[in-house]
Amino acid sequence: MPVSPDIEKSSLHSQELQSQKKREEWMLLGLSLPAIFVIALVVILPVGWLFYLSFVDSQGSFSFEHYQKMVEYKSYARVFIATFKVSALTTLICVALGYPIAYFLAALPSRWSGIFMLAVLLPFWTSLLVRTYAWLVLLQRKGLLNDLAIQIGLWDSPVKLVHNMTGTLIGMAHIMLPFLVLPLYGAMKKIEPDMMQAASNLGASPVRAFCSIYLPLSVSGLAAGSLIVFVLCLGFYVTPAVLGGGRVVMVATQITAILEHQFDWGAASALGVVLLLATVLVLYLAGRFFKFDTALFGKR
Amino acid sequence: MSWWTSPATETQISHGDRFWLYVLVAIIMLFLVIPTLIVIPMSFSDSQYLEFPPEQWSLRWYGEYFDSTKWMRATVTSLQVGFLTLLVATPLGTMAAYALFVSGHRFAKSIFLLLITPMIVPVILIAIGAFYAFGRMGINNSITGLVLAHTAMATPLVMIVITAALRSYDLNQERVARSLGATRIKAFFTVTLPQIKFSVVTAGLLSFLTSFDEVIIAIFVSGGNNATLTKHMFAALRDFIDPTIAAISTIMVGISTALLLAIQFVGSKKK
Amino acid sequence: MNNSTALPISIRGLTKKYGDLNALNSVDLEIKSSEFLTLLGPSGSGKTTLLMAIAGFNRPDAGSIKFGDAEMVLTPPHKRDVGMVFQSYALFPHMTVSENIGFPLKLRGLAAKEARGRVDEALATVQLSGLGDRGIDQLSGGQRQRVALARAFVFRPRILLMDEPLSALDKKLREHMQIELKQIHRQLGVTTVYVTHDQREALTMSDRIAVINDGELVQVDTPEAIYNRPKDQFVADFIGESTMLALTRDGDGRLSFGAEIISSSTPDSSVSNWRLVIRPERLHLLEGGANTSEKQVVFRGRVTEYVFQGETAFALVALNDTTILSVRFGTGAGSRLRSLELGALVSVGLMREDVILIPEEGQM
Repeated sequence: MPVSPDIEKSSLHSQELQSQKKREEWMLLGLSLPAIFVIALVVILPVGWLFYLSFVDSQGSFSFEHYQKMVEYKSYARVFIATFKVSALTTLICVALGYPIAYFLAALPSRWSGIFMLAVLLPFWTSLLVRTYAWLVLLQRKGLLNDLAIQIGLWDSPVKLVHNMTGTLIGMAHIMLPFLVLPLYGAMKKIEPDMMQAASNLGASPVRAFCSIYLPLSVSGLAAGSLIVFVLCLGFYVTPAVLGGGRVVMVATQITAILEHQFDWGAASALGVVLLLATVLVLYLAGRFFKFDTALFGKR
Repeated sequence: MSWWTSPATETQISHGDRFWLYVLVAIIMLFLVIPTLIVIPMSFSDSQYLEFPPEQWSLRWYGEYFDSTKWMRATVTSLQVGFLTLLVATPLGTMAAYALFVSGHRFAKSIFLLLITPMIVPVILIAIGAFYAFGRMGINNSITGLVLAHTAMATPLVMIVITAALRSYDLNQERVARSLGATRIKAFFTVTLPQIKFSVVTAGLLSFLTSFDEVIIAIFVSGGNNATLTKHMFAALRDFIDPTIAAISTIMVGISTALLLAIQFVGSKKK
Repeated sequence: MNNSTALPISIRGLTKKYGDLNALNSVDLEIKSSEFLTLLGPSGSGKTTLLMAIAGFNRPDAGSIKFGDAEMVLTPPHKRDVGMVFQSYALFPHMTVSENIGFPLKLRGLAAKEARGRVDEALATVQLSGLGDRGIDQLSGGQRQRVALARAFVFRPRILLMDEPLSALDKKLREHMQIELKQIHRQLGVTTVYVTHDQREALTMSDRIAVINDGELVQVDTPEAIYNRPKDQFVADFIGESTMLALTRDGDGRLSFGAEIISSSTPDSSVSNWRLVIRPERLHLLEGGANTSEKQVVFRGRVTEYVFQGETAFALVALNDTTILSVRFGTGAGSRLRSLELGALVSVGLMREDVILIPEEGQM
């Protein structure tokens, strides 16, 4: 059998093979060019431009003016604190409401969990505006919730439930709940029923078995869900703007206010950049602990 | 009372012992479902004030909606933009997803990440960025601008749906087709596409829904004769509670539900 | 169908790297016309990479692949005219059996009537006549395998490639299909390259076996030669069962194990360390105290394990503290031995013609 060194290099076609490979790769990548073009045009370049604007002062020269203001002015600090407060509280409410739901769904046989899952998914796919509107109606002074509460004697006269923090939190928790339930349900489905049985055979009380086995095993899903909720809350606009009635100022509503009243692109951009960095930072930290493929699903 | 005392878990807790869980879950489920459904009966009320249950039923608010040029024009815009977004985002996302899935290029992963940035960047930032950029390009308040922006938002969704479909598909089928004499393009259209077509349809419906429901970008880049339904609704919500919105909301819930059912139907036919 | 269309394959200097890993390291291989050649190797050895390169799905970094006289290495897969059967079968689930098999004919623009005839003929060859209108999901695993095969040869390709086509089947069906595949190959006479990691399957089916390891061809030979004269430790180990004994060489070039002289000369004087490969079934139990002679080598040891397995029985015989021989004997007609006692002292013989010597690893 002849061995390769005897053959001339050119008969091994290494150059043609190389260029053929390059050509095929570029052809394939070329298929993604239209998508890259649109996303670059709408998202990447404009956001890059905002980034640039945030470092330009009113005279048009490079400066940290907008970022300095953020540190110096108390009003900015209030916005950031409010944003984190609303996000954290919403996340907490979602955990409190979402954990029992996910636990219940995960324990059901699949044909039943499918039906109940629709209840979780229904709000997921109905317009955010419709749901915000519904809460506006339900929570108003003469709304259904006040009527009901007075009838069963929870309180005597109508309570202000909307156009304030309460309304914002209720509306946001409602919108965010599916984002928590889905990853949590996924994690709980993976817990082997045998494990709970084993724990109980080994003499653990049901509560003890739950706390020492189930809870730790579901914690990854809980963490993933909480982070998604938290991150999405940070940039929320519609719900606080409508249900907060101007009394809950978050970063996104503040950006719009600056643009509407002062038309100050630099200041608005700087706020946006901080919001983006905070989002990326949280996602990055989350990514270090678990894959967040699921975190990328969904809309805001 | 056998169900009541029968064990519900592996740790032998009976249904009765955790009845509190069922009550709690029922309340949370109501919390989830009621706000979506309550607008439907309310939209059929005759009253100026939204009441539940309505004292008198009527189609008054639907009449208001259908008689209003403003609402009708906005509805047409939203439907038009949604449909165009579907037409543009579906092929764009499918092409990109296929290319990045098949190519083993070292940049493929980076490009994928780049293309899903619209899901990571806060929408408010995309909205003001697009507003700024479209201002320069002179396409604010135009259908073109809206479709472009909504395509950017929908493409990552399409990519994720199609990539998931390709993952559960045996790419060797395309290889076999090629060994049997089909070119790559022919193999894609005769073998791959027929098998992922349900996902392509799903992705298309999701693109439509993404555009149709989108609020924040529309607030900024749409306006005038081309303002979307969501933009007008948002403005109306900030000002006063107009029962017409209940009628519109009901229609929107109807459209979403119809699309969801279509997706479910498509999904079940797959098997 | 006849073998006039079959083509030889000539592979030269085929190289493929994945990063630092040499998937194929300058592979040279000549496959004869109408031959059934098996690429045999452990997973990750490069056997599938080589097959995919022949099919055109895996572009090598360098090398030449000729079908007959035609250079194919730059030709896209759809112009290579190669039938291919995948491990997963890769049948098209949205088409019926007939549509699957007719797919390559349709691409070649055959008239519907002729195509139907060819499909029926192919169905008959794989013994699936009458199942043409079935859906793929209505077929059993073995039937799917046959459809995949029919689809791969219906357009009369000059070369047929198969990537572990039987690995998804259960043992019994697999053994049945091995024979059937071999018969179909004989009938079609098409040059066939078959990939497997199952050495038994390779021995059963092949005209020749190419043993591949770490991207290099280790030995290319007939099944008998591969089994009886493995070239090195890897081949001896990978194919069949074996015990290996390290040998010592004295000043006269004689190789021995302990006191027993295994070979009176060194096969290759440039290699100093040699091993003796013993196939368990080549050993036989000796009555009384036979000694090493011109005809055979005799080992003595104690039985440490004895297992009856039906048509054969199996024993472990400890020669010393570290060396244990596996011995396999028939239990059939004329075999006096029915059982062995644990701890019994026994002598086992190995005929001189069954002595297999291989160089110690790293000595080549």
